[in-house]
Amino acid sequence: MSSDGENDEFLYEDAYDDAFDQDDEVDDLDSMSEPDVYDALSPAIEEAPQRKPYDVSWKVKTLQEIIDMQTKEISKIQSVLEVPPSSAAILLRHYVWNSEKLQEQFWNDPASALEEAGLSPPSSPTTRTSTLPPSPTRRTTRSLKAGPSTSLPKRARSINTGSFECPICCMEFDELSVPSQTYSMGCEHRFCKDCWKEYLVVKIKGEGESAKIQCMESGCGRVVREEVIDDLVEKDVSRRYHNLLNAAFVADSSTLRWCPHPNCEYIIQCTQAPPRMLNQLVPTVECKCGHDLCFGCGYAASHRPVLCKIVRLWEKKCADDSETANWLQANTKECTKCQSTIEKNGGCNHMTCKKCKWEFCWVCMGPWSEHGTAWYQCNRFDEKSGIDARDTQAKSRASLERYLHYFSRWANHEHSAKLDGELYQKTEKKMEQMQNSGNLSWIEVQFAKQAVDVAIKARVTLKWSYCMAFYLKRNNMTELFEDNQRDLERAVETLGYSLEQSISDTESIAKLRQDITNQAAYVQKRHDILMDDTLKGYLERRWEFSVDI
Amino acid sequence: MSALPKRILKETERLMADSPPGISAAPKDDNLRHFDVTVTGPESSPYEGGIFKLELFLPEEYPMNPPKVRFLTKIYHPNIDKLGRICLDILKDKWSPALQIRTVLLSIQALLGAPNPDDPLANDVAQHWKENQSAAIEQAREWTRQFAQ
Repeated sequence: MSSDGENDEFLYEDAYDDAFDQDDEVDDLDSMSEPDVYDALSPAIEEAPQRKPYDVSWKVKTLQEIIDMQTKEISKIQSVLEVPPSSAAILLRHYVWNSEKLQEQFWNDPASALEEAGLSPPSSPTTRTSTLPPSPTRRTTRSLKAGPSTSLPKRARSINTGSFECPICCMEFDELSVPSQTYSMGCEHRFCKDCWKEYLVVKIKGEGESAKIQCMESGCGRVVREEVIDDLVEKDVSRRYHNLLNAAFVADSSTLRWCPHPNCEYIIQCTQAPPRMLNQLVPTVECKCGHDLCFGCGYAASHRPVLCKIVRLWEKKCADDSETANWLQANTKECTKCQSTIEKNGGCNHMTCKKCKWEFCWVCMGPWSEHGTAWYQCNRFDEKSGIDARDTQAKSRASLERYLHYFSRWANHEHSAKLDGELYQKTEKKMEQMQNSGNLSWIEVQFAKQAVDVAIKARVTLKWSYCMAFYLKRNNMTELFEDNQRDLERAVETLGYSLEQSISDTESIAKLRQDITNQAAYVQKRHDILMDDTLKGYLERRWEFSVDI
Repeated sequence: MSALPKRILKETERLMADSPPGISAAPKDDNLRHFDVTVTGPESSPYEGGIFKLELFLPEEYPMNPPKVRFLTKIYHPNIDKLGRICLDILKDKWSPALQIRTVLLSIQALLGAPNPDDPLANDVAQHWKENQSAAIEQAREWTRQFAQ
């Protein structure tokens, strides 16, 4: 980890106190919520961004800090409950790091709290499988293996009588080698260390288990302690084990989330975006790796201003074949008799179903026999049956068109944002050119890069605004939203056009520079207006969706 | 084929010499990890009087991974499907390397005596069991007569 230098500033914090001191952190976090470049360089956006009611504050943690958080919790519980650290860890993991609940349960009934977590004391009868009476009707193996005919195991006793046979591999161990070659936990189920090792490797590497690896004995719930595992397995397995423990800690916590970007090992901590708030918040955060993500759903980019749930619906809609069905409905009709799907690709309206030979009219869907001699011209358009059939047809056609309208714009902006990424290189060249020919300093030509940044950001927001619009119910609010959307779209297109312009002479550079700077500032302003209004709208419950959020 | 681990040799030896009541298991000549198994239906169950054939295979990772067991005889049971696959916790997530072929077969025999329609593998059979238990049991009896005798 490369975290050493950054650890200090986080040391004073305690993960579990954050809920109470969020306000104190506001100031130092604001600087993270906007890329620094705007503050330092952009001439258009000079004032530092204000903290908005819909923004969340967050911290970026290193893996080491996550480990420290666990250690701290463990030592707290260890001293309060007066148990060994590994027991405290097992207890905390069992109670999903809810130390209040753990303490409550523990003081209520220490024995059962320990047992539930897999830490029953050695004398506890619940782990002694051999004393259960045989009962052939029960499905559990615990009862069955105790049946009268089971005689293979010789375990616990054998340690006193000298040699020991491992019940797993059936290898014999003499009295002298038993302590060094075999191992049993407090439950006294003894096995040889080779079998333990093999078992732990299967559990850790094969099944990805970590916090809940239990005794090898069937039905014994005793959890294997960390230090035992570290002692028994090779370094690489132990490393994997600890990684799994950390992953589980993060996964179990609603205030932590791994950064989803490839090769990034940071963890985001945010206490202001619990799942219940996700119907009014879009908690976009920025990781130290430089990428945005959504803390609410783990989406690996900003999907503002759209709610997580809507994003999920949209992605599903775009990914699955739901629209194929719509296409079928819009472009085909069903034979009214056998329900076969028919696409009419030419010819007259007198249809004969290939399958059932039913003859009907493609226009009114009524039986052809009623048409008499009025072939090629259906004059029965207002028959009830025909009207119903056409209604559903029209509805589905409209719905398909509506979806395609929003989808094509969504996809278009995604594509454009990608192309704008390529603009970077062109822009760099252009900036060099300007520096050489236009007597502009390095700092003065930075405007082009910033403009590209602004354009890309606006494209991404626009893209999501089409997803949002697809799910919005039509009302006055929606019209305002679409006005904002239109203004931003126009501004971005103008800026995009300017960015593509070639430079001819010194004068045009000055003009271009001014144009681009102004346009970028305008785009930024329109972008902020759209974002601000939309995100505030959630808090004010202004938006009505066609789906349940 | 690699040499059989001591554990498998011992288990086989004991199964052959002293098998639990109503259960027999013998390895095939060409593959000593592949067992022919018979289990008799438990008394006072609809499978009483039936002799059910199964196959059991010990994978390379045995005993760290569970044996693979399957009914060869057709059986009407909510936790056993058409292909003879068995829904039994110890054959999956509740497997422990301390369990043996013997204990697995005893558990399967016990499963015949105590069907569990709430955790079904064969949905239609389980449905039948829940909606009309006596008819389902009669059907199981009929199948036992027809296929297991």
